[in-house]
Amino acid sequence: MIPELGHFALALACVLALAQGAVPLLGAQRRDPRLIALGPPLAAGQLVAVAAAFAALLWSFAVNDTTVLGVVQNSHSAKPLLYKLTGTWGNHEGSMVLWVLILALCGGAVAGFGRDLPGALQARVLAVLGLVGVGFLLFILATSNPFARVWPPPADGQGLNPVLQDPGLALHPPLLYLGYVGYAVTFAFAVAALIEGRVDAAWGRWVRPWALAAWAFLTLGIALGSWWAYYELGWGGYWFWDPVENASLLPWLAGTALLHSAIVVEKREALKVWTVLLALLAFALSLLGTFLVRSGVLNSVHAFASDPTRGVFILALLALYVGGAFALFAWRAPAMAPTGVFAPLSREGALVLNNLFLCSICAVVLVGTLYPMFADLVLGVKISVGPPFFNAATLPLAAPLILAMPLGALLPWKRARLWPVLQRLWWAALAAAAALLLALALAGERVWPALGFAAAVWLVAGAAADLADRIALFRRPAAAWARARGLPRAAWGGALAHAGLGVTCAGIAGMGLATDALVALKPGESARLAGYEWRLEGVRDAAGPNWTARRATVTVARDGAAVAVLEPERRFFPVGRETTTEAAIHTNGLRDLYVVLGEERDGAAVLRLHHNPLAPWIWLGAAVMALGGGLSLSDRRVRVAAPAPKGAPAPA
Amino acid sequence: MSDTGTTTTTPAAAPPGRGPGHDRDARPAGEAAAPPRAAGTRRRWVLYAPLALAGGAFLGFYALLRGLGTGSYDPRGVPSALIGRPVPDFALPPLEGAELPALGAADLRGGLAAPVLVNFWASWCVPCVVEHPMLMRLSREGVPVFGINYKDRAEDARAFLRRHGNPYARLGVDQPGRVAIDWGLYGVPETYLVDRTGVVRWRWAGPITPQILESDLRPLLRRHA
Repeated sequence: MIPELGHFALALACVLALAQGAVPLLGAQRRDPRLIALGPPLAAGQLVAVAAAFAALLWSFAVNDTTVLGVVQNSHSAKPLLYKLTGTWGNHEGSMVLWVLILALCGGAVAGFGRDLPGALQARVLAVLGLVGVGFLLFILATSNPFARVWPPPADGQGLNPVLQDPGLALHPPLLYLGYVGYAVTFAFAVAALIEGRVDAAWGRWVRPWALAAWAFLTLGIALGSWWAYYELGWGGYWFWDPVENASLLPWLAGTALLHSAIVVEKREALKVWTVLLALLAFALSLLGTFLVRSGVLNSVHAFASDPTRGVFILALLALYVGGAFALFAWRAPAMAPTGVFAPLSREGALVLNNLFLCSICAVVLVGTLYPMFADLVLGVKISVGPPFFNAATLPLAAPLILAMPLGALLPWKRARLWPVLQRLWWAALAAAAALLLALALAGERVWPALGFAAAVWLVAGAAADLADRIALFRRPAAAWARARGLPRAAWGGALAHAGLGVTCAGIAGMGLATDALVALKPGESARLAGYEWRLEGVRDAAGPNWTARRATVTVARDGAAVAVLEPERRFFPVGRETTTEAAIHTNGLRDLYVVLGEERDGAAVLRLHHNPLAPWIWLGAAVMALGGGLSLSDRRVRVAAPAPKGAPAPA
Repeated sequence: MSDTGTTTTTPAAAPPGRGPGHDRDARPAGEAAAPPRAAGTRRRWVLYAPLALAGGAFLGFYALLRGLGTGSYDPRGVPSALIGRPVPDFALPPLEGAELPALGAADLRGGLAAPVLVNFWASWCVPCVVEHPMLMRLSREGVPVFGINYKDRAEDARAFLRRHGNPYARLGVDQPGRVAIDWGLYGVPETYLVDRTGVVRWRWAGPITPQILESDLRPLLRRHA
């Protein structure tokens, strides 16, 4: 009964979304306030309906209802309740329901928080969100019904992919979708602006919190995915330039560019057409990622059940939304006149440079991801584009971007001179140079990691210099505290996010110095790696709720003093007949000791030992970046209603 | 509030001074002030670039999906680097208690009477059970089938052959999986066709189905006979 109610709620949501897509749009075109006023209630109704459907699906998984096909295929009664629940979105159908739930949440947020938006703009934004919702709800109802029944019901489910039974992965899709779908809102704002034919400072101010929130969630989602790959896949790496990873990186790059160019729209009323294009692009790339992952056109370690008919449906949606938006763009963009003018050397100029580099990186990653597919199609050759290409192509673009980041943050608007900025950054430059020399001296002529450390120090010190300058720390130290308290949170957030990237750079540079070894040890034997003594104590059997395992005990010592006891496992899941490796990791914040248990033969266990300097900093930096985004989002200027278009004062 | 709902400026009516996309490239003030009309029209075409690129991408993706449906495009069909090359060097021990000769590179190089199949398999592999009747059929027809038992226990492998029959003229045991790495094994089952001169001609990752046998393998066996 409950699954049928869920199915009905989905159909109801689809109808409500259709109404949400049509009525407010019509109202805005006819300037009929009654129709415009219907937008928020319709959005709220759609949210309630989708939430009900999602709750019904959660319930089916929680009670292990084996008459539901999705439960049979993806769940099992022996699974812990947490993973039963997270299994709801661990499969194609359920994750699509989560996707539309988040979209409906965004619609509800625009309806609820957007009361200060001009009525027509809010109506159009809600209408575009409604139209996006209709497409994906139709997709679910037509090709991926999560409530499909099986009769007679099997005795129990077929288990979930054991690799997915993990807290990191349980959180990864929701965060990622919050990012992806968050860009639906900026997309809707851009389409609404194109329909209206105007973009002004107020528009920039309304778009920015959405761009910020989506960006912060996407940053966390990507970082969590990367962390999961690091500790769960047991390959010792953190980023593989896998097509699915790239698919999440693309909207992040476009969204980062959007975040920065929206500032220019807000402060200077320039870069309007470009910002609108970026808003369209960020969502287009999110949809592209959805398409690539779900249609089965690419070869990846991240497999979703894929199906060409679903692919055709998503491609049709993609063509409709992205093609429609780009056509509207080509038609309407000329109507947007820039009003702000600025010199090339200015804050605006620096942000243009930022956009240029971010979009170039985005283009390179896009080409590298799609090229193998199209080469197969057009030239009939099988090639794979791997890390060597991506590293070689993105590093030269990332380097000037990182070099310019602290400079740009210190440049004044409109027109600037470089010299005063350099004067304020000299000590950051000095620190970066010192880091470079120190790293070269300590790590022995390893150029790339040393440059990475220099970049990290440059970014963190540059962010500190930016803050020191804003609070006049050196010029008027006495008043610095008062100024620091008065400094807008957006300024703190921006500096923090830049510093976070620096921390991530340090982590990546540290991983450039990582060492590993493959050893076969008998109990009692030991191996040396990176100055540590790794000793295998023994291998024994262990059991969990739905798995059995072989668990090795490895003690790591340095200069005779015990540092850590690591217990890597090889788990066997009888229901799915699958084996996973559980890497054991010991971290002290500065380095990870990482052991993977391989096969056992002749009484010896094969162990892969890794020493990963600064590895946790990669994800710590991403968390700091997201925190910066959150801090910026909590800025009073964002929370308080933006001023009405003609510069009218905001209500207090 | 209501003025935001109007759409007053159409592209055609835009005066030249407000030329299209001119903040797009964020040109310096002087240049942006009054672009010549010709440049303005040219710039307008730039605005169609995203649409054109997206259109091209859609056509490409549609072709990919069609290819997936008809089987002409397969993202997982990784080519083998061995095709057209002699088999790699290896020498494997026999399966204990099976009384079958062992397999090594020497058995595949030069002076073969007919092309041979080299089949990687394991008793724990379910698709191997599926393809086994095909191998039995080929072996009955006189096609030499050589086996490499991959990461398996001897007693399980023997039990598998007792239960399902033995198609293998020679059988090597690759318990550590090292030879599989040299061959570039994608997974089990996987089958290679080695011609009479010891050159690898064909690789199939996955079970040999009746369809694959008729459409791919038989023509190749005839060609290299």
